[in-house]
Amino acid sequence: MNSDYLQSRLTGWGLTSPSYARTANVPHGEVGEHVKDSSGRGIVMRGLGRSYGDAAQNAGGTVLTLADSVAQAVLDTEQGTLTVGAGVSLHDLLQIIVPRGFFIPVSPGTRFVTVGGAIASDIHGKNHHIEGSFGNHVRRLSLLLADGTVKELGPDQDTPLFWATVGGMGLTGIILDATFSLIRIESSRCIVNTVRCKNIDELFEEMSHGDDEHRYSVAWVDLLATGAKLGRSVLWRGDHARLSDLSTKDAIDPLHYAPKHLATVPALVPSFGFVNSWSTAIFNELWLRKEPHRKVGTIKNIPAYFHPLDAIGSWNRLYGRGGFLQYQFVVPFGQDRTLRRIIEMVAVSKTASPLVVLKRFGESNPAPMSFPIPGWTLTVDMSCAASGVSELLHSLDSMVVEAGGRHYLAKDAHTTPSVIRRGYPRLDEWKAIQRAVDPSGVWQSDLARRLELI
Amino acid sequence: MENAVGEVQNVLLLGGRSEIGLAIVRKLLSPSARVVTLACRRPDEAAELTQSLSRTGLSVEAVSFDAADTAGHKDFLADVVARHGDIDVAILAFGVLGDQQNFDEDPQSAVSAVHTNYTASVSAALCLAQQFRQQGHGKLIVLSSVAGERVRKANFVYGSSKAGLDAFSQGLADSLEGSGASVLIVRPGFVHSAMTAGMKPAPFSTTPEVVANLTVKALNAGQRMVWTPGVLRWLFMVLRHLPGPLWRRLPLG
Repeated sequence: MNSDYLQSRLTGWGLTSPSYARTANVPHGEVGEHVKDSSGRGIVMRGLGRSYGDAAQNAGGTVLTLADSVAQAVLDTEQGTLTVGAGVSLHDLLQIIVPRGFFIPVSPGTRFVTVGGAIASDIHGKNHHIEGSFGNHVRRLSLLLADGTVKELGPDQDTPLFWATVGGMGLTGIILDATFSLIRIESSRCIVNTVRCKNIDELFEEMSHGDDEHRYSVAWVDLLATGAKLGRSVLWRGDHARLSDLSTKDAIDPLHYAPKHLATVPALVPSFGFVNSWSTAIFNELWLRKEPHRKVGTIKNIPAYFHPLDAIGSWNRLYGRGGFLQYQFVVPFGQDRTLRRIIEMVAVSKTASPLVVLKRFGESNPAPMSFPIPGWTLTVDMSCAASGVSELLHSLDSMVVEAGGRHYLAKDAHTTPSVIRRGYPRLDEWKAIQRAVDPSGVWQSDLARRLELI
Repeated sequence: MENAVGEVQNVLLLGGRSEIGLAIVRKLLSPSARVVTLACRRPDEAAELTQSLSRTGLSVEAVSFDAADTAGHKDFLADVVARHGDIDVAILAFGVLGDQQNFDEDPQSAVSAVHTNYTASVSAALCLAQQFRQQGHGKLIVLSSVAGERVRKANFVYGSSKAGLDAFSQGLADSLEGSGASVLIVRPGFVHSAMTAGMKPAPFSTTPEVVANLTVKALNAGQRMVWTPGVLRWLFMVLRHLPGPLWRRLPLG
């Protein structure tokens, strides 16, 4: 078994805190063998490595990827469900299900994530305010436990372990396959309304009224603008287009789906990268100006609306050798003042890159470690080379938890155990379930060690 | 574990009373730091020191460690790891400067100085390397010295022990490539500290704080070697190649 491993240097999507582990790509049938063979440093699963931080790293231990094929996926068109191996990516799924009139229940900002990762991180999308996170749509899953047995879990089958696995960051076992419900669509297009907001007040106002009339809603914010322009932004709200919304040309092939790949960023980016406050300022100005002040009914295809960044391969290289991190937190509704203060602090610090997203979350699900709670979630990409970024984030961390908010484990690469403990009041409840199914500590990761999750 | 901006959680200082070592520890403290272990011969005398480092969320501990007792290194390290988990940064800072005249008169004292500076460092570094390989991460900072770069007559016992340690560390660094562990060799010049109190400072003398600043910068940049101050690198590039008769006549104490 040892000979099947590679010694690999792993980082998250942010290209920070590298560590070394032995890695292997394994078919379902052999996973159990690898679990038996694990050293004291344990095992974690890795999908496509899109977690920004160290969630899918395991220094000195084992990191496995599932060799899965979308060809084995089973689409139940009557029930509107899909059963698929956990190692299959949403990218591969979409190519199969969109032409058949279905869409994934929750779509994150990238389609290059696996089903296993989507459940373990309990990912959310632009429709969270209406439909919740990915775990809400999972009907069942099979979990390989530390003792080598496989267990069937679902919202009504071994419920506590099911919800501990949703958002459990891979620390309860290995998700082998899952069944989840899909959205039925008439077309592969979206119908999008755009509003450009002059400042943060306008944006809050706009989002607080009218989000619920649309399935999808997300705002982009210029986090370099300060003063009267603080929080100037563009809000896009959309729905899947019906057949009747399409032009006659589009209606010929309403379920056409062909995501385009524009380019890949080469490995030759200079060590200081291309993302700094100057390039961001220019980008933000142009990005804002290209959007109309208010426009209703623009037709966009799925890749353009949901996954615009996926058209460019390895865009994370643009940040240079120091890498970057994505800071994402949520503060409950009613904590708008904290949110505004944080936006102000980030804007003044000039540390934000162009990638900034504000979204309203709806109800949370029963998973103790699931990130979304009703409130505002802000996502900011920052270059790790930006000066003062660490001090800024430590102060924001305290503000977020004091406001009753929390941080997203799938993105985190910076925070401390005490911030996570305060943000997730049900951590001990989760730990008790985790320990019961993994008494000897087979499941481990750099994230778990850093944040003292296990 | 280290976070995305290189803040570390668990630091081990071997030679827990070393002023340079402590200055480096202070530079490494951030809100992410969880554990600092000061390994020194008389931990009971380090109470004031641990007090000065402590802050909320950080546990500072002075533990008994005799560098010269190489047979105990392995168990010592196993114990630190068992209590606090992975070590992110270890600083090898123990050593004795000694007095060349004493060494000349009492060769046995030279042997014991070399044992501490070289043999014990080799033992501790190899124990740490083994631990780091197992962890898949970890950074070792070795306090070398410009005294080993070209050994001078005024302190050739000390200088030769540092030369050996420096060469050993370079080899160790290369052997750890691809394991997740790394080694940073620090080559300070004359540093004003208790170790050098009362001595005539050499040119380009510096302070523990400056050494610590440059060391932590180099650590975060992933460098393998740092001269403190940086100008010594260029100075020694010249000194290294001076003809012997000239070198011997230099007023270097």
